[in-house]
Amino acid sequence: MQELIRVEQLTCRHGAVEALSGISFSVAAGDYLGIVGPNGSGKSTLVRALLGLMPSYQGRISLFGQSRENFTAWQRLGYLPQNLGPLNPAFPATVFEVVQLGLLAGKGLPRRLCRQERQQVQELLELLGIDHLQRRMIGELSGGQQQRVMLARALINNPELLVMDEPTAALDPEIRDRFYELVARMNKNKGTTVLLVTHDTGTIGQYASRMLYLDKKVLFFGSFDEFCHSPEMSVFFGEHSQHLICHRH
Amino acid sequence: MTIFEMFSYSFMQRALLAGTLIGVLCAVLGVFLVLRRLSLIGDGLAHITFGSVALALFAGLQGAAMLLVSLPVVLLASLGILKLAGKARLGGDAAIGIVSSVGVSLGVLLAVLGRGYGVDLFSYLFGSILAISRAELLVAGGLFITVLALLWLYYNDLVALTFNEELAAVSGIRVRFLNGLLAALTALTVVLAMKLVGVMLISALLILPASAALQVARGFRMTVILSVLFSLLSVVGGIVLSFLLNLPSGATIILLAFVIFCAGYLFRQLQTVKNKN
Repeated sequence: MQELIRVEQLTCRHGAVEALSGISFSVAAGDYLGIVGPNGSGKSTLVRALLGLMPSYQGRISLFGQSRENFTAWQRLGYLPQNLGPLNPAFPATVFEVVQLGLLAGKGLPRRLCRQERQQVQELLELLGIDHLQRRMIGELSGGQQQRVMLARALINNPELLVMDEPTAALDPEIRDRFYELVARMNKNKGTTVLLVTHDTGTIGQYASRMLYLDKKVLFFGSFDEFCHSPEMSVFFGEHSQHLICHRH
Repeated sequence: MTIFEMFSYSFMQRALLAGTLIGVLCAVLGVFLVLRRLSLIGDGLAHITFGSVALALFAGLQGAAMLLVSLPVVLLASLGILKLAGKARLGGDAAIGIVSSVGVSLGVLLAVLGRGYGVDLFSYLFGSILAISRAELLVAGGLFITVLALLWLYYNDLVALTFNEELAAVSGIRVRFLNGLLAALTALTVVLAMKLVGVMLISALLILPASAALQVARGFRMTVILSVLFSLLSVVGGIVLSFLLNLPSGATIILLAFVIFCAGYLFRQLQTVKNKN
């Protein structure tokens, strides 16, 4: 199986504070990797380092067989952050314009869409059930609606690797379930590799094939089944939830 | 005097043409600067422009030749602001404040040292578009084509950058390059605009049309189009009014832009009330 991500001896610091200490793991094509750990354990720092958003780090990261520093095939990767940060409510882009930004970045300058590509945006909006919002301004939408738009933006290039950092924090339970089912179908049917940072233990239990348990260093890395029977499972989730999480539907 | 007669003067034709070119650039760049909360970079670079004009006058340069000093100085200052903000543990506002105050201080110092060009310097403080020369118009045309071509080429990259810098970076867009490009294009535009509205009012020409467009537009492309429209209305209307009523052109342009902004703001408030009902 092709290796999509390889991390070797990764150490990251926020000023003098060590956020990650010498962690190593790899992700193969088709994996659904759940990344868990307590608050401040370095989960988001890891994602940011993988995506080149950390100003500096020690160790080696490779994406799709290329070192992170030389990696240019960003269109093979979709990223869904926890939130958009301080999104300017006056930002004047429509939902359609925001989603098409994801597609434009992969085109050569001056990056203009053809009719077929506009149709592609339209179809994805329909698939995600947000085509009725396409002319609405992004700043006018609720947090949940904005997150669905950002999912569309992350998926517009049919990425081989989907990186998500607490993606459903703003979603209500019904939308959240539909969201995870869609991602699971992509993982199963298209072989999309998924890297999911979450505190949502139910989701991990239902969908993840591999687990990375972090607390500044790797406490566990292996298959989900091994995780279910590991002592780390009980330490993090507790005995009661172990039964719930490891009960696959 | 009729409107028709007014347009027959060659200085008026040059002023309107130069005003149109500069107005378009300020309107497009202004949308990105306002949304990125970088509006004051125009103000900071304008202060640097003041220093560079004093330097050019000190060196004995006049008219279009002064741009030989102003353009490189302001370009370097724009990149200096970015460098300071990124490396020296400063916010963008502090970096702008430092660079602009150095620009004004140098300007004042050179003005005192090189007594005798106070009137020239004053014309750059408040603009004198009606006195624009043929050579200055040619330089403005060349820079207009360069800046507009770069904006056309990188338009969607700048939209992505403005929407969310991290998402743009993860899409493979060269964020550092684009930040530098935006600062450099702003620097070129500010140098051009100093003749139109003057150093004191340049930032208003970057901010007001874009802010007015943001009140009424739906969609990014529409915002840019309306910003250009409002800017041209202010510039052309301001030049005509200033000529007919014998008013200073820079101040008239900016006050007209402010009236348009107020109208846009009122329109938005009325729309909000209407939607609530």
